Amino acid sequence: MKKNIFLLIVFLSFPLVMQAADNLFYVSFASRVMIYAIAATSLNLALGYGGMISFGHAAFVGAGAYAASICIVEGLTSAWLGWPAAMAAAAAAAWLIGAVSLRTRGVYFIMITLAFAQMAFYLVNSMKAYGGDEGLTLPQRASGLGNEVAFYYVVLLLLSLTLLLLHRLVNSRFGRVIVAIRENEARAEAVGLPVFRYRLACFVIAGAFAGLAGALLASHGKYVNPNVLHWSQSGELMIMVILGGVGRLWGGAIGAAVLLGLEHLITDYPIGWLERIAPNYQDHAGLGIGLVLLAIVLFAPQGLAGLADGRKRAAA
Amino acid sequence: MLRLEALSKRFGGVVATDGVSLEVAKGEVHALIGPNGAGKTTLIGQISGSLPPDSGRVVFLEKEITRDSLHERVRAGLARSYQITSLFRRFSALDNVALAVQARSGSSFSFWRPVAGETRLFDEAASILDEIGLSEKKSQTASTLAHGDQRALEVGLALATRPQLVLLDEPMAGMGPEESRRMIALIERIRTRVTILLVEHDMDAVFRLADRISVLVSGRILATGRPQEIRANAEVRRAYLGDEVAA
Amino acid sequence: MSWVLIAEQALNGLQFGLMLFLLAAGLTLVFGIMDMINLAHGSLYMLGAFLASTFVALTGSFTAGVLLAIPATAALGMVLEIVLLRKLYQRDHLSQVLATFALILILNEAVRLVWGSDAPLPMPSALSGPVELLPGLRYPAYRLLIIGAGLSIAILLYFLVAKTRIGMLVRAGASNREMALAMGVNIKRLFTLVFGAGAALCAVAGALLAPLLAVQVGMGENILILAFVVIVIGGIGSIRGALVGAVLVGVVDTIGRAFLPLAFGVFFQPRVASAAGPAIASVSIYLLMAVILYFRPQGLFPARG
Repeated sequence: MKKNIFLLIVFLSFPLVMQAADNLFYVSFASRVMIYAIAATSLNLALGYGGMISFGHAAFVGAGAYAASICIVEGLTSAWLGWPAAMAAAAAAAWLIGAVSLRTRGVYFIMITLAFAQMAFYLVNSMKAYGGDEGLTLPQRASGLGNEVAFYYVVLLLLSLTLLLLHRLVNSRFGRVIVAIRENEARAEAVGLPVFRYRLACFVIAGAFAGLAGALLASHGKYVNPNVLHWSQSGELMIMVILGGVGRLWGGAIGAAVLLGLEHLITDYPIGWLERIAPNYQDHAGLGIGLVLLAIVLFAPQGLAGLADGRKRAAA
Repeated sequence: MLRLEALSKRFGGVVATDGVSLEVAKGEVHALIGPNGAGKTTLIGQISGSLPPDSGRVVFLEKEITRDSLHERVRAGLARSYQITSLFRRFSALDNVALAVQARSGSSFSFWRPVAGETRLFDEAASILDEIGLSEKKSQTASTLAHGDQRALEVGLALATRPQLVLLDEPMAGMGPEESRRMIALIERIRTRVTILLVEHDMDAVFRLADRISVLVSGRILATGRPQEIRANAEVRRAYLGDEVAA
Repeated sequence: MSWVLIAEQALNGLQFGLMLFLLAAGLTLVFGIMDMINLAHGSLYMLGAFLASTFVALTGSFTAGVLLAIPATAALGMVLEIVLLRKLYQRDHLSQVLATFALILILNEAVRLVWGSDAPLPMPSALSGPVELLPGLRYPAYRLLIIGAGLSIAILLYFLVAKTRIGMLVRAGASNREMALAMGVNIKRLFTLVFGAGAALCAVAGALLAPLLAVQVGMGENILILAFVVIVIGGIGSIRGALVGAVLVGVVDTIGRAFLPLAFGVFFQPRVASAAGPAIASVSIYLLMAVILYFRPQGLFPARG
């Protein structure tokens, strides 16, 4: 409990400290990390708790991003309108894709979600009215939240709400059912649970929160383009989830922070001795990320949160 | 209570169920016996809803359920325990049963309130655990339970849905004599509340518990009747019982 | 809209479909027999193309270059299987997805380090001209080569799988792995072989398509997703399904892109047509997949009952 209060104080005072130091870059960066934390957490719900390996989650982020962007471009600049609209759009997309995909199992499901996400990518790419493959630049952030510090607090609030909701959800009736279905689907059906309905609901809720992240992302950069729907973005979200810990409350948030933090460090802070051995190593960051991911899958599949838990248990 | 009308099912060239007609009366313990490969599992699958029959009808409580899904049948009062133990392995025994109780008691589209606060749910789960003799082990993880306890939990899960008819699929599978005795006692305890269709190989148990017995051979019902009739039936003896039954 | 145009597009669709089949065949066997999802399959296709580019440059001959790339890629594939992928067979699907995704990242960067972001592989000049198939219908010779190669390999595969002992083992493994194991099949060697064969097929597709599409890092991913669509439509573990699915996808995609915008222009106003036509064209195969899945969630010819 004391640890949580300490964390809260840090998060609350961070932007003010940065503002005093006249360094708003990191406030903006922190906002971006928190937005991805929301997206990764939403994927964690579907994948970590629900056991649904959806490789198309980026489609829902994208649906939200575009819905929110279109609102702003068409003059509806209030976040109170745009962001719920984004969540609704993403939820609708999740409903449609889930209704077809969740009839299938195993490798089929993974491939189908991937295919549908790719379909969404191509669809958005051909929407010439809203930028097509060049993307869409927004005249402003939703509700005029141009102030970095103010935006940070809004995002922090939304992330906190998301995590709180996930926490309650996991311990609720619904959460129990979802975890039971993941544990033994046949048995869940055999005790009278309409498995498909619950799975679809979980998928849609996860999609809705991904949409929220998408809306925030669009506002943050005042820009959206089809790449946000690309399946490699789904891959990045998955990396975050496994990095942080599949099926653990803080998994998405930790994973987002670590992955984005590492990427930032690699690109913006060249390591002298590394540069001497391997010049241009920064261009090949993908290699490092790939190797790290592989190592995690092979040796630490519970992610960082899992490692921390293990150490706590060993120390106890 | 349960009526099967000319059920048939074939897999490619193999006829697994060949025009099976069967009736289970309310309140009885009806045993289904037969040699391995007779088609018992296929038949159970068609009754419980995991396998759709090619032709014929399944009628439960005067309503046709032939095409109903698994969970719809459970809602209607038809539950099943599995021959190969199928539990929520990482849940505790109590949580296993509690989930079944939860499934029965209203919608689980509840996202905010913690389940832990629903004392009525857990009280009911605890009493079912009591009934199946697992009260002391209620906090134990299902995967760490002894085999006999897991089989009992199987039955408990079926009971938690408050069924009218329970399909017990070889509840005594893989049990030693002591565990079998406990299972028989359990079945004796619950027979007053539910109708039971019992699939078993353990002849001792069958003849002790059953009100009526049906014999399934090569996908067809060879005979149905009271235990003494079946024991005396020459055809049944030839096809299945052989020397297993003392005179 | 002449019949020549339609015939051309149909042939293009067939050509693309046959190359997709080469990728899908290897992929569906890996899914069906090893129950493993391998996202890096597209990377083998990419490796095949890059290797072909190098060998063609070294030998000066298109044929020699392509033929050398095939065993080279197969060898690399088998090494990959033995060193890494074997460890994933027992793991859950999520681990397989993430590990092979990591492999894509690693292989992409590795290729970039060795070759750079792209490599040249020009069309052999002997085949760069058109051939007159029928009076009035002229079709590029190179594309005919691809169709010919694709059909030959399809026939060869059919023969191998349906008529030889190895093929029988493969089919048995695809329809019931536990049974095949129980019957004493040397599973490890079979898996490595199947993987190597899949890699070889990828190399053929990669090398042959290279002069038409570009040889560049990341070329594997887009075609991989199409291969997934093919397998989902055709049914996991079924080579016949892969062929039917691939040709279906190839033809629908090509004809859709060529004629849907035109068709839209006929039925709808220009503003709607110019926006909706290309959009629907690019997603026509996904819609096809969705429709097929709705009625047959296991695909058209699932290997497992």
